[in-house]
Amino acid sequence: MSLGEFQKQIQEMEKKIKEIHLFSQQQGVDLSEELKRMEEKLQNLRKQAYYNLTPWEKITIARKMERPTALDYIQYIFTDFMELHGDRYFGDDPAIIGGIAWLEKIPVTVIGQQKGRNTKENIYQNFGMPHPEGYRKALRLMKQAEKFRRPIICFIDTPGAFCGIGAEERGQGEAIARNLLEMSMLKTPIVSLVIGEGGSGGALALGVADQIWMLEHSVYSILSPEGYASILWKDSNRAEEAAEKMKLTAQDLKSFGIIDGVLKEPLGGAHEDPKAMAETIKKTILEIIPKIQSNSMEELLSKRYEKFRKM
Amino acid sequence: MLGGFFKKTKYITMPRKTQVKSISHLNFLGVQEEVQPSIPDGMWQKCKKCGQILYTKDVEEQDQVCPDCGYHFRLSASQRIQQLMDPDTFEPWDEDLVLQNPLQDNKYLEKMKQLQEQTGLGDALISGKGSLGGYAIVLGVMDSGFLMGSMGTVVGEKLTRAIERATQQKLPVVLFTASGGARMQEGIFSLMQMAKTSAALAKHQEAGLLSIIVLTDPTTGGVTASFAMLGDIILAEPEALIGFAGPRVIRQTIGQQLPEGFQTSEFLLQHGFIDQIVTRKEMKEVITKILALHEGVKV
Repeated sequence: MSLGEFQKQIQEMEKKIKEIHLFSQQQGVDLSEELKRMEEKLQNLRKQAYYNLTPWEKITIARKMERPTALDYIQYIFTDFMELHGDRYFGDDPAIIGGIAWLEKIPVTVIGQQKGRNTKENIYQNFGMPHPEGYRKALRLMKQAEKFRRPIICFIDTPGAFCGIGAEERGQGEAIARNLLEMSMLKTPIVSLVIGEGGSGGALALGVADQIWMLEHSVYSILSPEGYASILWKDSNRAEEAAEKMKLTAQDLKSFGIIDGVLKEPLGGAHEDPKAMAETIKKTILEIIPKIQSNSMEELLSKRYEKFRKM
Repeated sequence: MLGGFFKKTKYITMPRKTQVKSISHLNFLGVQEEVQPSIPDGMWQKCKKCGQILYTKDVEEQDQVCPDCGYHFRLSASQRIQQLMDPDTFEPWDEDLVLQNPLQDNKYLEKMKQLQEQTGLGDALISGKGSLGGYAIVLGVMDSGFLMGSMGTVVGEKLTRAIERATQQKLPVVLFTASGGARMQEGIFSLMQMAKTSAALAKHQEAGLLSIIVLTDPTTGGVTASFAMLGDIILAEPEALIGFAGPRVIRQTIGQQLPEGFQTSEFLLQHGFIDQIVTRKEMKEVITKILALHEGVKV
């Protein structure tokens, strides 16, 4: 059953419950047993609906405008977040935000791809598609984190690096490549979390980490399913089919050993309860960081190398 | 991001050494494509740039460069190695590396088998060790005739092993790129090859060793966004298409025509992303000079 069909059943069930509730009130009949049973069934239905999502349904959730963005999580998870701007070469890319903050009592560097929370923001943030200066800003902040031995936390959420004239002129390829090279040697712990869409090299440029985690309904892939369908089948309308084939869900990537873990989302998706989602993320990174830090720097770097070496 | 060059009109291809007769090619989209030289026995060919009809033997003598306008035809990896390396010094590595088919794509597996038979290549890259201008080097050459030179797990693994051995043996690496980018058919695994190869190159560089990248037509996508842009010295053949996103994808995204000469070697030189444009004729000499300056191991 698809999510749509589940949702239809859920709606019907909700309607029925309301009706019975009203009926029992009006007629003074005690139907609480019946109602309880139905509520349970409804809850089960909801769970099932989101447990059996198809890859395409997950993509739909991952791309939802209401889905919490990097900044939403940053506000919940860290204190005293101070944004730091600019790549020192060309400009400041609003599609990538970064800065320093406290994670409880640990000073950290936080970097994230930032999608807009409405159309206006999305235009400003270029739908979370960074330009080279975004990646160079990220690298600058990572080098700074290395200098001060601060752990780095990256939030990945991008359809991909931007494709445009300026992006090519300023070396999109070089900017991403440089991040891959530098991150592989960076002498400080790095944790990357895919919170929505992990699109291609544009995502990987924040993803060469000691630990990579994904939210339950997020996706991470070589290309958007639309792009995949367009290249391999010359038909971008077959995106849904491509999504199935590409194995891009958090669960797929965990089974491949590409990522380290999957973070459970609130029922219906992270947008249903951003605060609860943020709590889960916070708890996880608070557990992970000391573990990574327990390695000597040499061990840390050799483990990071081996992690990608095996892929 | 790889889309751009598929629509390119094909110039007539030289039959490969391993291809005795006319062959059917699988292009990057996996579509069977007849590459039939319209002139018997491939005696003549047409220059893609100036349109001149050329005597094949002349083109061969010029290392596959148009004698009239200097246009550089694409080379197969074996042609490249033959042109570049000192005779009988090249020893290929990891030729029998087995294909991973992580997404269980049977159509892809079939395609690969077919391609391997047709081209005599295991995958889109030949790697190995040999001598160039008297200097010992580790060489990697991509072949755009094999699934558009795309990088999947085999290409990524061969490249990584080659770079790692270069680090162990304290040798310079010279890598010739020709690729549409990361290979779609192997999904996320192809993407991860970008990180893997870049990390291997990082270690090589950390060891104080020299890496030379030569960008040839075409170099785009995940290859541009990884090791291709990470050499100590980056050279390019003239007029090669080099970019992150393919021109078609960019046109679609921004909805406007692209400027003349966009994403060519010349464009990259102008914008500061490559060190020099080197013609095929001068390539060996230039690389030898660079190796000498870095005190490569003289064989």
